[in-house]
Amino acid sequence: MNVQRTFHTISVLVENRSGVLARVSALFSRRGYNIESLSVGPTQDPQFSRITIVVSVEGHALDQVIQQLDKLVNVIAIEEMHESSSVQIELLLVRVSVTAANQEKLRTLVAEHGGKMAEMGSTSAIVSLTDTSTKIEALVNALNPFGILELTQSGLVAMRRTI
Amino acid sequence: MSDKKMNGATSLVRSLEHAGVDVIFGIPGGAILPAYDPLFDSTIRHILVRHEQGAGHAATGYAQATGRVGVCMATSGPGATNLVTPIADAQMDSVPMVAITGQVPSGAIGTDAFQEADIRGISMPITKHNYLVTNPADIPQAIAEAFHIAATGRPGVVLVDIAKDALTSETTFNWPTSISLPGYRDHSQSKQSDVDDAAALIAQSSRPVLYVGGGVIKSNASRELLALAEASGIPVVTTLMARGAFPDSHPLHLGMPGMHGTVAAVTALQKSDLLITLGARFDDRVTGKLSTFAPVAKVIHADIDPAEIGKNRKADVAIVGDVRNTINLLLPAVKAQYAKARPDFTAWIKQVNSWRSTFPLGYDIPKDGSLSPQYVIERLGKISGPDTIFTAGVGQHQMWASQFISYEKPRTWLNSGGLGTMGYAVPAAMGAKVGAPDSTVWAIDGDGCFQMTNQELATCALNNIPIKVAIINNESLGMVRQWQTLFYNERYSNTDLHSKRVPDFTKLADAMGCIGLRCERPEDVDKTIEKAMSINDQPVVVDFGVFRDAMVWPMVAAGTSNDEIMVARELAPDWDSQDL
Repeated sequence: MNVQRTFHTISVLVENRSGVLARVSALFSRRGYNIESLSVGPTQDPQFSRITIVVSVEGHALDQVIQQLDKLVNVIAIEEMHESSSVQIELLLVRVSVTAANQEKLRTLVAEHGGKMAEMGSTSAIVSLTDTSTKIEALVNALNPFGILELTQSGLVAMRRTI
Repeated sequence: MSDKKMNGATSLVRSLEHAGVDVIFGIPGGAILPAYDPLFDSTIRHILVRHEQGAGHAATGYAQATGRVGVCMATSGPGATNLVTPIADAQMDSVPMVAITGQVPSGAIGTDAFQEADIRGISMPITKHNYLVTNPADIPQAIAEAFHIAATGRPGVVLVDIAKDALTSETTFNWPTSISLPGYRDHSQSKQSDVDDAAALIAQSSRPVLYVGGGVIKSNASRELLALAEASGIPVVTTLMARGAFPDSHPLHLGMPGMHGTVAAVTALQKSDLLITLGARFDDRVTGKLSTFAPVAKVIHADIDPAEIGKNRKADVAIVGDVRNTINLLLPAVKAQYAKARPDFTAWIKQVNSWRSTFPLGYDIPKDGSLSPQYVIERLGKISGPDTIFTAGVGQHQMWASQFISYEKPRTWLNSGGLGTMGYAVPAAMGAKVGAPDSTVWAIDGDGCFQMTNQELATCALNNIPIKVAIINNESLGMVRQWQTLFYNERYSNTDLHSKRVPDFTKLADAMGCIGLRCERPEDVDKTIEKAMSINDQPVVVDFGVFRDAMVWPMVAAGTSNDEIMVARELAPDWDSQDL
């Protein structure tokens, strides 16, 4: 049976202390939840960091993830981020093959997708894009014909919209 | 507090004194050694155990018997890893415990230094919280937080790992006047609106059961539970962790539910239309096959840990809070509902009583004249009385000790429920006796379990901790053997311990500075127990050589439905003759 997987984005505010990331990620592996993407970084307050986790679980398991996370002493607050009510952004870096003949075509394509040329060499180029996962997927598809040599992507970060 | 200069080790001992510690179970070693020097002058009693596992279980037994935080101490590396089992054990059973470990000097951490183990990393999934302290100034704060976290909310284990240089460096001692843990919530306040919803469900029910777990003992709510049960007229089942939370002799008590529970308790849950779950967690050993557990029951789930609500069984009404607070709110709410319309449980009570009288716990007397293990345990309970504290290891003897001793008071039955740790009984009894020196403490142990941790008898003998140990010696790993009998065609692979030949437990007791007694005939049971009861200045070990083929019944086989409970081998209750 083909089970439709749903991704949930959980934003976790934690104390900025050593070992906190290990506690959070260990909890996911111990309870059998799979992390799709993860990003960790500073917040406006140096005492706290924010961990954004994308996890593919369903209703009951999602409640359990949140409840178990909430038991960690260093976890301050947990919020599920919905796509419709939050800004959700990822960063893509991709190295593609180029030749003298298609350099210009690449520049145009990347500009159309809102990306940037981070480096342009004679045989390869690095493209960057900071956008939603849908837009990132669209650019990757468009870059495929050039030949993708290397691809790296950050975890998602999210912020709740107020309007 | 005073700003006196001292080293980190003195600050640690001062902190433990401020936290109210009166006893520590531990063993010194290189990394923790600086702490043992100021400990030498402290008012805190340190009991030098023979193995760190003994220290951990002793701290657990102490905590279970007294309700206070148990404390154990060990050095880095192997000292710390030997604590892993008792830490996991205590955490699974929500026992408040603080474990202090020495760590290699901070500059050596991560270099695979001598006796280095990342005990903070190792213990992360088996503790409520843990600390690695490398700055001596942080010691008082870490200790204060550790005791607060261990004792509040759902109790658990906190490990504090302290680098050796933090113990030897100079610092000033400042006991924190307040604790700020912005991410820590203890969830002890129960909500009135949830309680009112629960009371309404109770008033509408016709076949309710109070499903009582270890949380009732943790929150000291036995008196409140008794009042609730009597006011509501609702029958009670007590899980393995809750034995003693409600008097066994009470007419509303149906016994223990679960894999080896009474037919009345198991069946009452199965047929119930409302489970009033108090400090219990729908463990697989209670529910059997989860999808068939109590199929028509609505569920009220009261627990201090919100992550337990709905974890295994969906709750119709959830009450997050300390269960004593919950019962204190629930009793008047139920009375108010009953004042409007008192539900009639007459038929239900008649039904559960008929299950209880038709299917009482029982056992066969061995035809070969040998000793019945159940009889030995039953006599132990009868002769030593309701104020005695019993501990048990894990296996058949544990189940019989739960079934055939009548527990009337909380904190008189200590065992390893969640983790199922063989070897728990002797060190836990040692800890319980230290915490409750005026109580008789019996460790009921199996011959397999006893051989895992009996080294602590030496500790007991030398430190005036006169525990009593009853070895239920069936010369095998009895519970595993029972499963081999039932599920592996009586192929007894590696369960024969030959412990009626080797070791000689009475000589072993003697060598450990204890009195060793042996009993192999039914007619000698009472006088042997009475002899053991008369010795109060030395630990006593009684080797009861028992019938090896005795089995624990009733039984719900692992993974099957509670509806398939067997009262004896290949003997299910004859439900057709019962009016269901």
